[in-house]
Amino acid sequence: MHKYANPLRYQRIADAIFPWVLVGAVILTGLGLYQALLVAPSDYQQGEAYRIMFIHVPAAWMAMMIYGMMTVASIVAIIWRHPLAEIAARAAAPIGAVFTAIALITGSVWGKPMWGTYWVWDARLTSVLILLFLYIGYVALHDAFDDPARGARAAAILCLVGSVNLPIIKFSVEWWNTLHQPASVLRVDGPAMPASMLTPLLIMWAAYICFFVAVHILRTRAELTDRKIRNLRLSVAEPAE
Amino acid sequence: MKAFIAILRRDIKLSLRSGMDSAQPLIFFVVALTLFPLGVGPSPETLERIGVGVIWVLALLAVMLSLDRLFQADAEDGTLEQLALADLPLELTVLAKCLAHWLMSGLVLVIASPLLALLLHQSPETSSVLALALLLGTPVLTLIGSIGAALLIGARRGGVLIALLVLPLYIPILIFGVNAVEAEVMGLGGSAQLLILGAILLAALALTPFAAAAALRLSME
Repeated sequence: MHKYANPLRYQRIADAIFPWVLVGAVILTGLGLYQALLVAPSDYQQGEAYRIMFIHVPAAWMAMMIYGMMTVASIVAIIWRHPLAEIAARAAAPIGAVFTAIALITGSVWGKPMWGTYWVWDARLTSVLILLFLYIGYVALHDAFDDPARGARAAAILCLVGSVNLPIIKFSVEWWNTLHQPASVLRVDGPAMPASMLTPLLIMWAAYICFFVAVHILRTRAELTDRKIRNLRLSVAEPAE
Repeated sequence: MKAFIAILRRDIKLSLRSGMDSAQPLIFFVVALTLFPLGVGPSPETLERIGVGVIWVLALLAVMLSLDRLFQADAEDGTLEQLALADLPLELTVLAKCLAHWLMSGLVLVIASPLLALLLHQSPETSSVLALALLLGTPVLTLIGSIGAALLIGARRGGVLIALLVLPLYIPILIFGVNAVEAEVMGLGGSAQLLILGAILLAALALTPFAAAAALRLSME
């Protein structure tokens, strides 16, 4: 694993992957939206409104996946002190926050026709809202220090502490009686959803993942370049003194 | 153990001798509480309905506002480095400081809570359960808060950030704390929620000192 921590090697791999995930994100989003909005049958109970699920559910999955990825990156950053892991976690945070916000907003738009209310304070919604706060807190703590390395390490510790929220989100619908429905895809007895609905859902998920990887590569690259510039500036400034 | 008690005594002494400082959480608690009858109206029914929640939220905020006392002064004058160099593991030092902090903030709030519950028209049964729930919950507030306080040593906008870092993690305590009292009042028995609060307290006692100590070490690099 350590050999992937080399920024140059990372750059090479990222450069190779980047066009593919970018094209993948565009094509899969188009295909997924087409399938979701036009091909998938309407729900016998929820009518057409359920189609918001194809945006909402993968966004919620991404919100948790990205935090999970940040947690892994933070563990790596704390144990092996790989700067690349710190950069990777920081680069993922705003994307995760946006996916969390999308999940919350689409969920509340969906909740109005289905539950009759935009928002309820049940366990699932509240724990996802906490996830959004954790993302914001992570970014705020990361940027609160004059020394970027210090901020990165502090944020990594916060990220690990906040990861207790992930299982709470996942199991909130089982532990508590919530208005939010329980899991219908990841279940022991298979997805409680016909293939005609599951397929567009998974395509949208794949599209989101491609999008995430593409944006993540862009952000990581920008940060690496930024550090390079900072180091160059420092090395130029020193002899002048 | 001797070192543990020494740190505990030192922190309590420091806090007692700083005069009004040690009373700050309690004063905040009382002053903020008087705003509620003025804000929502003094009718006993309303106050009885919202009282438990108000007291819990104010306890959360009072503990959060006092968190800067936990490490800030020691970090500024270099005591923290000396404590880190001592034989006592930093995790236990954190635990001792948290215990001292709780004795001077959380415990005071627990003792004051029946009186404040009376002001908000709570029945004696409610206020006794509330005090018990606070007794289990407030140490967790200090322990979780110690992580936030340790992370923010040397940060630029520490004051606002501590709320952003710590309050989301306080939410479970608030939920179970209020639920315990409300279930008891409705005759359902709040023992399940109290047990969960106790479990959270034990888990926090076991785990948070490691995170806080890691954050402290980071601040001294």
